[in-house]
Amino acid sequence: MTPAASAFHYLWLIPALPLAGAAVNLFFGKRLGKLSGVLASATLGAAFLLSALLVKDLMALPGDGRLVVRHLFDWISVGNLTVAADLRLDQVSAIMILVVTGVGALIHVYAIGYMHGDPRTGRFFAYLNLFVFFMLMLVLGENLLLLYLGWEGVGLCSYLLIGFWFDRPEASVAAKKAFITTRIGDTFMLVGLALIVAKFGTLDFTAIFHATAAGGIAKGTATAIALLLFAGAIGKSAQVPLHVWLPDAMAGPTPVSALIHAATMVTAGVYLVVRMHPIFELSGVALTVVLVVGLVTAIFAGTCAFGQDDIKRVLAYSTISQLGFMFMAVGMRAYAAAMFMLVAHAFYKALMFLGAGSVMHGTHDATDMRTFGGLLKPMPITGVTFLIGAAAQAGVPPLAGFFAKDAILEIANHTGRELVYVLGTFAALLSAAYIGRLVFLTFFGEPRSQEAAHAHESPPVMWIPLAVLAAGALVAGWLNLTPEGRLAGFLEPVAGAVPGGSGLAVPVMDAIAIAITLSALIAAWYTFASGRVDWLAVRERFQPLQRVLQNGWYVDRAYQTVLVEPARAFAHITAFVVDTKIIDGLVNAIGAGVKRLASVGRRVQTGYVRTYALAIGLGVVALMFWVGVRG
Amino acid sequence: MTAHILTLTTFLPLAGVIVLLAGGRRLGDQTTKAIALLTTVATFVISLVILGRFDSAATGFQMIERYSWVKSIGLSYLLGVDGVSLWMVLLTTFLMPLAVLASWHIEKDVRRYMLAMLILEISVVGSFLALDLLLFFVFFEALLVPMYLLIGGWGGERRVYAAVKFFLYTMAGSAFLLLAILFLYSKSGAAGHATFDLRSLMSVAGGLPAGTTRWLFLGFFIAFAVKVPLFPLHTWLADAHTEAPTAGSVLLAAVLLKVGAYGLIRFNLALFPEAAKYFASFVSVLAVIGIIYGAVCAIMQTDIKRLVAYSSVSHLGFVVLGIFAFTHQGMTGGVLQMVNHGLATGALFLVVGMVYDRTHTRQLGELGGLAGVTPWLAGAFLFAVLASVGLPGLNSFVGEFLVIVGTFSVSHWFGSLAAVAVVLSAIYLLWSYQRLAYGPVHEEHRGLPDLSVREVAILAPILGLILVFGVAPRLLTDKIQPTANAVVARVDPAHPRDAAPILAPAAAPAPGTAP
Amino acid sequence: MRTPIAFFLVLSGILFGVGTAGVLLRKNALVIFMSVELQLNAVNLALVAFARMHGDLRGQVLAFFSMIVAAAEVVVGLAIIVAVYRRRLSVNVDDSRELRG
Repeated sequence: MTPAASAFHYLWLIPALPLAGAAVNLFFGKRLGKLSGVLASATLGAAFLLSALLVKDLMALPGDGRLVVRHLFDWISVGNLTVAADLRLDQVSAIMILVVTGVGALIHVYAIGYMHGDPRTGRFFAYLNLFVFFMLMLVLGENLLLLYLGWEGVGLCSYLLIGFWFDRPEASVAAKKAFITTRIGDTFMLVGLALIVAKFGTLDFTAIFHATAAGGIAKGTATAIALLLFAGAIGKSAQVPLHVWLPDAMAGPTPVSALIHAATMVTAGVYLVVRMHPIFELSGVALTVVLVVGLVTAIFAGTCAFGQDDIKRVLAYSTISQLGFMFMAVGMRAYAAAMFMLVAHAFYKALMFLGAGSVMHGTHDATDMRTFGGLLKPMPITGVTFLIGAAAQAGVPPLAGFFAKDAILEIANHTGRELVYVLGTFAALLSAAYIGRLVFLTFFGEPRSQEAAHAHESPPVMWIPLAVLAAGALVAGWLNLTPEGRLAGFLEPVAGAVPGGSGLAVPVMDAIAIAITLSALIAAWYTFASGRVDWLAVRERFQPLQRVLQNGWYVDRAYQTVLVEPARAFAHITAFVVDTKIIDGLVNAIGAGVKRLASVGRRVQTGYVRTYALAIGLGVVALMFWVGVRG
Repeated sequence: MTAHILTLTTFLPLAGVIVLLAGGRRLGDQTTKAIALLTTVATFVISLVILGRFDSAATGFQMIERYSWVKSIGLSYLLGVDGVSLWMVLLTTFLMPLAVLASWHIEKDVRRYMLAMLILEISVVGSFLALDLLLFFVFFEALLVPMYLLIGGWGGERRVYAAVKFFLYTMAGSAFLLLAILFLYSKSGAAGHATFDLRSLMSVAGGLPAGTTRWLFLGFFIAFAVKVPLFPLHTWLADAHTEAPTAGSVLLAAVLLKVGAYGLIRFNLALFPEAAKYFASFVSVLAVIGIIYGAVCAIMQTDIKRLVAYSSVSHLGFVVLGIFAFTHQGMTGGVLQMVNHGLATGALFLVVGMVYDRTHTRQLGELGGLAGVTPWLAGAFLFAVLASVGLPGLNSFVGEFLVIVGTFSVSHWFGSLAAVAVVLSAIYLLWSYQRLAYGPVHEEHRGLPDLSVREVAILAPILGLILVFGVAPRLLTDKIQPTANAVVARVDPAHPRDAAPILAPAAAPAPGTAP
Repeated sequence: MRTPIAFFLVLSGILFGVGTAGVLLRKNALVIFMSVELQLNAVNLALVAFARMHGDLRGQVLAFFSMIVAAAEVVVGLAIIVAVYRRRLSVNVDDSRELRG
């Protein structure tokens, strides 16, 4: 065994470290006090270092042999179905574990400062560590059931963390909504797993890919499997129509929003589709569905983001929209572009969420952008790092977002998907515009409230992670300067070659993209920060539209009226009419019938001894008569 | 001694009964409880010997004990254990000490309460081990009496109504069972050797015409379907569960319901394989309706014990669905789910009982904010809820997954509809957790004590097992499988079915190495 | 010449009829009890008569047997009647009808 291979023996340690941290924090969190956050961050830091080490070893392997599967133990073995607890390290999971542990560690450090003074920090870090454990299982699992384990596990942690401040009613409602909405998708996914077992007899990725390549399943089956799995991805990655939970999920503590609802968990859907792309490709139709859903979501969420006043809700809708971009990429078989965007997004969106948290920290938990303004001056580090993140998302070259978004649009153009290109460009315009609005309303202009005027910068434990993430957002673009760039090359053995073609020349498209971004940003500046436009008055004039956007096109309310209320009525009828009145009523009616019969029969029992004696006598006579007749 | 290990396990609680009876009123309440606890713990330890001596590879009955009892009618005292009953017995003996501990605060008539508990244990374990049909029937009926007393004597406000309903409902089902048993017995007499021995009756039943076996199947089926309970025979459950004292609810859900599902496997499938196949889709439809119906009813409940009761209807639907899929995964998953449900729902009732002891209400509307006041209690509730919801990594998930997979290969519709319960269970259980643990705390609930040492001692073993069996379900399934596969093979001898087809084993790299 | 068996049987029948009528028609528990004794003795008479007719002692044995049983029954029955009387101050059987459905 080569030395490189032996290092992979420790692959299990990567998820085990945060799990151990979670266990210690859960049971001894109170006693650890402030140390709980340090411990949690340390486990993640160690996991990150180990991941980096293993990924380096992985890179040392020959290009098409970069796959390590470590068998831990057989989890389930019944009949001819065996599901093992195997960990898989390949190019895709390598990227994912680096993002999860790296960004995760930074957010953990930040959370030490953010959660300072909360009486339940031990619990908080236990959940956060547990989340990372499940997320690592999700991306490291060698079969779909381990992935599903991680999938449900991160959902649980998301539930616990959204509802962490459980005495706030909106937090507990949002937590339940998040869990149940994603579980709707998970149900389809579970059926998808059952279908895979029925068709393949296994859930192992390696075996599934081999069988698919060997033509083991029909195209229709592949479509069914792919769509069922994608339904799970829609729920987890908050795509239309199951996106409703993510904006509400912002009720949780901000580090949670950064880690779970921006950088890692919500990207699990993208990871799933990338991971299972052989099935999606075999189907073909399924990829188109992915593309359409991604496109619709990107535009839809972009418009919603424009209507929000709550800084975290803007970022939430922005996340949904960016995830839509990733799904667009996946739908066009540009898996490397999607993964690149995933990495870049993890940096700049985590950065912006943490920045928003820092703003809240400095303004006594204010989140309404209408009360902000001019925060750049009192909070210079937060402001500058936030600006970097925003610029990255808006697509200002040479930051990460520019390359990522550009790569996707370029592929759309070059593969002849003109409509996708145009609509995608529109979505990009939207994202630059709403992020511009956010930045200019928050950091520029004049303070519009007491809190904003007296804002203060956050402590180093919070701004250092911001700085590191900002650096990451700055350089992440270098990972993939061109669609044929480094990340794509690294991923090619798993994800296949980046689809190519011909269309507009690359420099032309770059120019268009830059022009659009800059014009959107300038328009936002002119409206919200130049002081020359009374934007509140403009907003008044467009009141109906503004309100529609703010309420996310009233999708929530529509679900409430069309689905939730009827379902509730149905359940009510089932439980209190069908069950208690009809089924149980029938049972009680039988009981009552017997009782009534008995009330007639009881008259025979007069209580007079002499009646009984007469009856006995007559009975004897009748018996004797009967015996006599028979004899 | 080990030669009579099954008898010893079954009747060891009788020693406790005798001591309690002999001691009479002279025994104080604490002594009485201690004797009951000691007896149940000893029974559990003894039952571990069965586990130790169990031969996983064998498919038939093991450790058989047979004595002729009433020779003239062919009644024998016949006990035996296989991969299905093994875990049912262990589940019972494991939960009994916990149930006794959970009854520590009982003050009314402690001696009779504990007597009822011990007699309940005898009759339940007896029903799981008896292989003579009449002996089984005796145990099966006997377990009604102590449970009737527990509900009627120590239950909630409507306890008498609930107890009578429970008793009459199950008795009515048993009437059909007795008729069917006697009919089979008469046929065995006609075949030359009158007996109640299950093993002999299997061949007797095999010789009967198909129409007759179908009627007999229904006779057995009704009795067990009431016990399971299968939709639409489930309405006694909600009342009985709700009104029973904590330990009663625990044992009712965890153990008594399993007697029904166990009976389906042990008697219906073994005696009438052809009829079982004939009725399979009918039973599966009832099971699927039960899965969804129970969940929908549970959503609307405001009484937490009622909610858990309806969730049992849903979960037991999974068990029956898995059993009647007649695949290896379905059958093993169904049996596994019996154990899992026993642990998860048992834990739920235990925690709910602890909540009730503190707050004296079962109404979710009158609860709230317990996560802040009693974080460990709320945490334990959440853990049990997650187990019931089927969170991967905890026990129920494996069983549910196997049932869904095992059913799916037979019928896509049944498998998919069963999966819907995944969402529904999340709705009703998480909603109940939210109403109980989240939100503002009620003024009068401030300062409630968190888990006591006794309560930790009750919950730690059961919650621990929930986790262990979630990570290492093979501890259970390796022993269940041979029996389950044999049952499937008997029902469907032509095609021993597996959920998974065997594809051409494409050259998959051996795990554990970098290629 | 022996007395014909029919005489005994007729007498036995009459006694039994009187006893039965007493049981069915009288309300006083003591009288009912006496009527029952009358019935028993009517049967005894028939038994002894048959025994003599067949020259078989088993009939007489059975008569003794039933006399002993009757004696035991009287002990229990009278005790019950006394107990009931103490409680209700009445031996009227119609006053005790707790078994009415």
